[in-house]
Amino acid sequence: MRDRFVNQALTKWMEGTGKESEIVISSRVRLARNLCDIPFPNVATAEQAKAVVSQVERAIKDAAVEQTSGDLIFVNLEELAPLDRLVLVDKHLISPQHAEEAAGKGLILRADEAVSVLINEEDHLRIQCLFPGLQLEEAWELASRIDDILESKLDFAFDEKLGYLTACPTNVGTGLRASVMMHLPALVLTNQASRVLASLSQIGMTVRGLYGEGTDATGNLFQISNQVTLGRSEEEIISNLVVVATQLIDHERMARQVLLKETKPQLEDRVCRAYGTLTSARIINSQEAMTLLSNVRLGIDLGIIRGVSPQVLNEMLVLTRPAFLQKLAGRELSPFERDVQRAALIRERFNLDG
Amino acid sequence: MFCDECKKRPATVHVTKIVNGQKSEVNLCEECARAHHKEWSMAYDNNFPINKFLAGLLGFDTGKTAGSVNLNLHGPGKCEHCGASYSQISQTGRLGCHQCYGRFQDKVEPLLRRVQGSNRHTGKVPKRSGGSIRLQREIQNLRVRLQQHVSNEEFEQAARLRDQIRELEKGMAE
Repeated sequence: MRDRFVNQALTKWMEGTGKESEIVISSRVRLARNLCDIPFPNVATAEQAKAVVSQVERAIKDAAVEQTSGDLIFVNLEELAPLDRLVLVDKHLISPQHAEEAAGKGLILRADEAVSVLINEEDHLRIQCLFPGLQLEEAWELASRIDDILESKLDFAFDEKLGYLTACPTNVGTGLRASVMMHLPALVLTNQASRVLASLSQIGMTVRGLYGEGTDATGNLFQISNQVTLGRSEEEIISNLVVVATQLIDHERMARQVLLKETKPQLEDRVCRAYGTLTSARIINSQEAMTLLSNVRLGIDLGIIRGVSPQVLNEMLVLTRPAFLQKLAGRELSPFERDVQRAALIRERFNLDG
Repeated sequence: MFCDECKKRPATVHVTKIVNGQKSEVNLCEECARAHHKEWSMAYDNNFPINKFLAGLLGFDTGKTAGSVNLNLHGPGKCEHCGASYSQISQTGRLGCHQCYGRFQDKVEPLLRRVQGSNRHTGKVPKRSGGSIRLQREIQNLRVRLQQHVSNEEFEQAARLRDQIRELEKGMAE
């Protein structure tokens, strides 16, 4: 069972389903929670960390499983090979921080991978729900339900005035970080992205690249999340983000129509060249692959390319990552070998559809 | 394109850094990139900038003014529960345990107002450990709804809510 999470590339958020899935790749909700009377992970001793893991493991086993609409499986991160942990990072099930130092860390996964609970990351618990498309409300409801189940067995650090207490003051209050991953190629092509996205910071939103703070928005993918966690209710935070995402979707759609109307030959050329390269290349690095996949995805959405499933971008985001390529090959690969493997994998995937 | 560092091998790793709004790009080969790995992994660490930022807000570490140095020397000691010292917290930007919030309240509260724009939680309350706070919030919500029904002259619904509120208030008194 545990191996499946590592060996199987496809995960729920790649399904390409859900509302507005042509632009919103995935929706994620994360709740930070801590147990009373045990110091936060950055201060806790190895023994205290172990105590947290076993308390949570017990709580999960006791919990009425049907309430979460799926089996929950406990994984001790120390028992996973480093490469397998990186695969879980690529699938967005755990954070890079969680994968790096596995000692005293645990993970709870629901069979369909829509739920992951990180134990002893920055906080004792990070409850994560990850859904395809724009489904923030759904993700919040599920996360809140899992929170309730865990809370029925565990004493969470909660303050009447400050709410849920977290290791970092930027999470205190609701402990809620909600985010949407959006594919915005037309906003980038029409040079509107930086202006539009910069304005989001003024309304309490953060914009990041695909793999967190400080990473580039490769493949025209942007992650937009709430900045403030205190003083607003969970519902307010979620609905604000839905409003922002909906506006960005409208902007992106308009930009796509403008591009189609005014620069159709150039757009078709860009899309078809990208498709040609992906289906023919023998060596391709991840940056180039992401850029080309983004163009192909745009082409699929606009009907320029037919017969290729729109899901291909979502899948390839994970499949062409270094950890996954090495997992597939069953050994460590040099960067050059990875580029060859990546090109082969992409050709194979496109031939399936074509 | 060749590596900026060794100028021999082709550059395969491209790093864009934005420092104080200034964008700069570095192109490296795999080998030189690995040599820099420690440095990069610092930059990639999710919490690196926010920690620095928070540390700055807590008035530690900059050493720019005599005041901040003094603050460090005469900092408000340690948390009795987890043993985290104030300087430790201001360096990492992380509190040591839930009691640190009370222990260093006079430092944390202004910080929260600056970072969060608020210092009062209005969201979810845990069912079990939330106890009376949860009931209070629930009663408050019901009162708001009751008012709405009254102003809409929906007296039947209003009466039902009034009974519900009384029931909850009884629960609080017990």
